[in-house]
Amino acid sequence: MELFQLTAHELGDKLRNKEISAVELTKVFYKRISKVDGDVGAYLRLCESEALVNAAEIQAWIDKGQKITPLSGIPFALKDNMCTEGIETTCASKMLENFIPPYDATVVEKLKNSGAVMLGKVNMDEFAMGGSTEHSHFKKTSNPWDLERVPGGSSGGAAASVAAGEAVFSLGSDTGGSIRQPAMFCGVVGMKPTYGAVSRYGLVAFASSLDQIGPMTKDVTDCALVMNEICGYDKMDSTSVNTKYPDYTKYLVNDIKGMKIGVPKEFIHSEGLKDDIRESILAALEQMKKLGATVEEFDFPVNEYAIPAYYIIACAEASSNLARYDGIKYGYKASQFEDLLDLYKQTRSEGFGEEVQRRIMLGTYALSSGYYDAYYKKALQVRSIIHTQYMNAFDKYDLIAGPVSPSGAFKFGEKTENPLEMYLVDMFTVAVNIAGLPGVSIPCGFDKNNTPNGIQLIGKPFDEGTLLRAGFTYEQNNEWHKMRANL
Amino acid sequence: MKYEVVIGLEVHSELATKSKIYCTCTTAFGGEPNTHCCPICIGMPGVLPVLNKQVVEFAAKAGIATNCTISRFSKQDRKNYFYPDLPKAYQTSQFDLPLCIGGHLDIDVDGQKKRIGITRIHIEEDAGKLMHDKWGVGSLVDYNRCGVPLIEIVSEPDMRSADEAKAYLEQLKAILEYTEVSDCRMEEGSLRADVNLSLRPFGQEKLGTRTEMKNLNSFKSIVRAIEHETERQMEILEAGGEIVQETRRWDDDNGFSFSMRSKEEAHDYRYFPEPDLAPIEIDDAWLNEIKASLPELQEQRVKRYVEELGIPEYDASIITSSKHLADVFEEAVKSNCSPKAASNWIMGEVLRLLNESNIELDNIPITGKDLADLILLVENSKISMNIAKKVLKKVFETGEHPADIVKREGLEIVDDAGEILTIVKNAIQSNPQSVADYKAGKEKAMGFLVGQVMKESKGKANPAMVNKAIKEELDKL
Repeated sequence: MELFQLTAHELGDKLRNKEISAVELTKVFYKRISKVDGDVGAYLRLCESEALVNAAEIQAWIDKGQKITPLSGIPFALKDNMCTEGIETTCASKMLENFIPPYDATVVEKLKNSGAVMLGKVNMDEFAMGGSTEHSHFKKTSNPWDLERVPGGSSGGAAASVAAGEAVFSLGSDTGGSIRQPAMFCGVVGMKPTYGAVSRYGLVAFASSLDQIGPMTKDVTDCALVMNEICGYDKMDSTSVNTKYPDYTKYLVNDIKGMKIGVPKEFIHSEGLKDDIRESILAALEQMKKLGATVEEFDFPVNEYAIPAYYIIACAEASSNLARYDGIKYGYKASQFEDLLDLYKQTRSEGFGEEVQRRIMLGTYALSSGYYDAYYKKALQVRSIIHTQYMNAFDKYDLIAGPVSPSGAFKFGEKTENPLEMYLVDMFTVAVNIAGLPGVSIPCGFDKNNTPNGIQLIGKPFDEGTLLRAGFTYEQNNEWHKMRANL
Repeated sequence: MKYEVVIGLEVHSELATKSKIYCTCTTAFGGEPNTHCCPICIGMPGVLPVLNKQVVEFAAKAGIATNCTISRFSKQDRKNYFYPDLPKAYQTSQFDLPLCIGGHLDIDVDGQKKRIGITRIHIEEDAGKLMHDKWGVGSLVDYNRCGVPLIEIVSEPDMRSADEAKAYLEQLKAILEYTEVSDCRMEEGSLRADVNLSLRPFGQEKLGTRTEMKNLNSFKSIVRAIEHETERQMEILEAGGEIVQETRRWDDDNGFSFSMRSKEEAHDYRYFPEPDLAPIEIDDAWLNEIKASLPELQEQRVKRYVEELGIPEYDASIITSSKHLADVFEEAVKSNCSPKAASNWIMGEVLRLLNESNIELDNIPITGKDLADLILLVENSKISMNIAKKVLKKVFETGEHPADIVKREGLEIVDDAGEILTIVKNAIQSNPQSVADYKAGKEKAMGFLVGQVMKESKGKANPAMVNKAIKEELDKL
């Protein structure tokens, strides 16, 4: 394999054994980016000079043997909705085209401290709203396995950069599936941690009660390594949970004997689920059984309300979170306006894309007086029921498994005409955010178009360890994670 | 008048915490525009609020002191609206589960005691300030006040006159000051009120349509606005018209109010629970800690003044009506002045001077130490009572220490017997008529002579010695 195709743990060994320097490795990745990113389009902005200076510093650590972490010297990509001090953070929106934050997100600070080297900021659906990265204001990102197809979204750039060998790992954010679904489409491991496990400070908010940052990696081991660095209580985030976070690498054990896996009937027998996806999920489950797990289907009747409840809660919060982009303080401001109200209208009409405007309107409507009880309050009730059903299921099962998305990577333009169809790509992922649970997508084969499929594993709150153990065991008995897109 | 006025007040009070409600920026008043801010209070993308625990404690103290129930579980909500002084385009406030509920306070208007209900007290953040057209470039925004913690105290519609409203506000202000929850500087906007007012025929149960008047920030303007609005509504009703439910703005310079927006134009604030903040849960231990940290309140002070310091109850209640005044009193007593003398001076000369120069009790321009020094100068016969009154006035005007004024202006009592005798002899010589009158048995004449001596000595001569000397000299004749 080429260097750019290796995992963080493999490259970490090479760095520590002095087979390669951090600067050389960083250069390898910029060379790779210049070769393939014209086709893939993952990056919005490269930070080459900063990265090379940074890599030289890290190399000095490595040479002195100090402050080394498994991520020291490892190049990564960052979804462009996480704030980076002095570097544009655009959320792929015209609204924030020239916004330069004066602060780092907590995760950025943590990765800096770990010695990981940020290569640049990657593409996404505008303000993380979408499932194909087609809603970026700036550019299109292609699926490295099939350039005619989308990489998924909203963390499409983050997934594609890893799958194309343009970064060793990346950080995405997941509000309703935005890490897991592009991870599936691009054949990488993507984990949404438990709500509260990773600080949201510096993550530009879409829906505050659902957003969570997580790793996108080439294999499960790398996922554990990144989780070790980014999880933890942060006093700057009041929703961050102050608990003891384990060493996730301890869960990298090739053994799932006796593990009880529940499969929601409403997932695996869903009408919307395409046959090729279902078959490969069933095959993966069959294999897990052979590896000693018990697999059992169970009723999960509320899932049909998960999508509507999700879109009400997420849009309601978004309508408030995105209200600050008004042309007064920073970001885009309309050049022509008559009065204050007109300034707001013009700025927001010109600065936001169609999908963002649609969700702001949906959310504003759902919160309006006279509609609140029928929509927002109802959605909160559904949320509470979904949470209870998951917790009941966890009385019986160690983890829950199912598909990530009903179909594999689709072609550009296939779903942009019908927003509802686009919303349905989230049908198996949103309930996890609604309940605040951890979920991961693990590569498990390919669909009929030869783009990757993934299996979703869902865990108890703060039980990412069990997901990693199951994922690691599955991975050790398969070769999917070693396959690379041919670019 | 055949109508009854019904008034409810919403009072906003700035809490006296050092830092803002959701970040560590200072709450200090003033400062160059936009120097007391950070990414959090100006709502930059990605930042998150962290609740200042002291805000909860201060608000709970206000609740305890107004007999409210402190909610063991309350939450914060977003109130959404667009305005340039509100950088996040929502104000974090409390909607359906406020921190304090169901309290009351007692007022006294012309000897009539009355209980005014308090519906709720909730915490919220202040907005910034727009500055219009000073630079010819349109409006600019100063975000220094953004995120300064406020409590909103909502009363029941229990007040029936401007006097009751004023008494309620005075009482509330005293409570907030005694609890040290707010410094209540009205001129800096740290205490401001919205007035809800409606009229109904006497005897009618149902409330009339109300109007709301915004942001009144002096007792005087509140009283004027209430009187004016009562008049306005009455004229409409008398003429057979209907009151429009609306928000009005009071123009204190011109003494009238105008409509800001009607009910139809009212904002839909789209309140919903603030997802970035956890609910506020107060357990027994925390509540007890808050209760234990409450300073001595007005009632307790009155009791102590009466029982321990021997001050008449009436005087004690006047002195404690303002915490500032009571603090001056206590400092005076601590500075070796007898409580009785300090109280007499405050009830007499100090209040008279304040009244005469139109100074609010809160701005009393003398320290307790200086007041005690002044009183001791009199008690130790260093200056006369009349001189002392003049010195007090000077202290009010210049803020100098009494001893410095007395020294500079040479106001100390003259008790040099020889010096006094000289003046006395002069007076007797210059006023033969008075001497004759005295000798003829007119005691009054002696008084005149004393007056002349005091005049000659510019009031500084020791009165007892003057009396004695005159009597002796006259008797010699």
